[in-house]
Amino acid sequence: MRYAYFPGCSAASTGISFTLSASYVAKRIGLELVEMPDWCCCGTSAALVTSRDLAHALPARSLALAEQAGLDLDVVTPCAGCFSSLKRTVHYARQSDKNRHRLEEIIELPYAATADVMSLLEVMARPEAMEPLAAAITKSLNGLRVASYYGCALVRPQEVTCFDDPEDPQSMDSLMELAGAEPVRWAFKTECCGASHQISEPHGARRLIARVFENAAANGAEAIAVACPLCMLNLDMREAGINESRAVPFDIPVFYFTELLGLAMGGSARRLGIDRHFWPTGKAVRKALAPPPEPSPDNHSTSELPQEVTVA
Amino acid sequence: MSFYNLSSTSSGDLAAIAQITRDAGVNLDDCYQCGKCSAGCPLSDEMDLYPRKVIRMLQLGQVSAVLKSRAPWVCATCMTCTARCPQQIDIDSLMLSVRHAAKRAGLRPVREADIFDDLFMAGVRRYGKSNEALLAARFNLSSGHLFQDVLNAPKMAKRGMIGPSLHKVKDRAAMRRLFGRALRTTEGEKGDGI
Ligand code: SF4
Ligand code: SF4
Repeated sequence: MRYAYFPGCSAASTGISFTLSASYVAKRIGLELVEMPDWCCCGTSAALVTSRDLAHALPARSLALAEQAGLDLDVVTPCAGCFSSLKRTVHYARQSDKNRHRLEEIIELPYAATADVMSLLEVMARPEAMEPLAAAITKSLNGLRVASYYGCALVRPQEVTCFDDPEDPQSMDSLMELAGAEPVRWAFKTECCGASHQISEPHGARRLIARVFENAAANGAEAIAVACPLCMLNLDMREAGINESRAVPFDIPVFYFTELLGLAMGGSARRLGIDRHFWPTGKAVRKALAPPPEPSPDNHSTSELPQEVTVA
Repeated sequence: MSFYNLSSTSSGDLAAIAQITRDAGVNLDDCYQCGKCSAGCPLSDEMDLYPRKVIRMLQLGQVSAVLKSRAPWVCATCMTCTARCPQQIDIDSLMLSVRHAAKRAGLRPVREADIFDDLFMAGVRRYGKSNEALLAARFNLSSGHLFQDVLNAPKMAKRGMIGPSLHKVKDRAAMRRLFGRALRTTEGEKGDGI
């Protein structure tokens, strides 16, 4: 498994825990990620609202530079927003030679659009990754109830993303199950987190985050798993603020799916970046990593017995 | 049968609508006003015109009301409307095209959204990469929300989420040229699809 790697602008900053946990898991399962040369910002929705040409040209430049460097590999990116921008560009470029030439002219580089683009979630949910994952997972997450949150960009529009079900996706749930967590059935898997509107229009957008937590809580989730640095930031960083106006506060930590996989492989919370979260993760991590219960059939714990008594 | 009654619509308005729908790759005739787009829109509470109504107004030729609407600026491009439309109408694309047309006409019904996206792209034009902390600080300054804690900067710094230096591409001149070419006006010379 070898891919060209598009880290995205948040990889070394707000998404640092995604980078740490993804590279830990990748290394353990033999997934080789070759960083693309001099890649630039994918433009995300800010480019799209500025100009369609710009929104296609920014990813095209990074993809074309990889072609120029002879990096003959499909592209993987951890960020759902980057995935959406890159994938949309490849789709556009492959629609017609006219589109492709239009991009080549803007970016001043030849661009053949040969490489496919995938999200890290999609790559890890493939059989060739699931197999080494299953072998590397040494601890069960003890049935921690995890609500997998996919958001918008990984699953919509389906003609472009070509990945999972747009209303009830399953890939992240399968990975959580593989790690010994219990996938929660809930209604907000693909609802929007408000994206950058949490900064530009917080008044209307905050409600979107609250709804996600509300539905996860109502379905008994002990944790939420995400596959996008912006979803992560919006949920994890803003949970405390949302709780200020609530009689019964939420207490649901948010994890990158790679952090939970990493925990199940024996990675430390620190190594995986879990110690950098805003909302406390301790309770969920303790439950996930608690030692398995004593196998004795009558279930009397040995620690309750006096020290000198040995149990046959 | 037509849904339209365009007898009172000027030819300028019709041309504006034609450009919006062409850019968006949308045929207004396809919409039979079922309202599914509005029902699933997570931001409809913030919109003065629901997505269904945006389409209806355009069907009726009322383009100036649509250009002044907050809806396309509040839209988060979540694509729920498009995914659920029984007629496969690309509604999020239509919202984008309306926003582009409004901006061309010098309108920006949601000032903060415009400031944020412009600052975001100015940063990318200059450095080739987005630097979130810098963007947040600039946004606060430009929007006048000076003390709005958009990104919890001190907590972020403590968590190693804000680096000491800015991320940049090596070839920054190429970024400026790319922006120049992409943003030049190319009326009527769009590519295929979106
Ligand atoms: S869902 Fe489609 S057909 Fe129904 S009102 Fe919206 S755009 Fe029209
Ligand atoms: S893309 Fe925009 S209009 Fe459509 S559902 Fe999402 S926020 Fe609403």
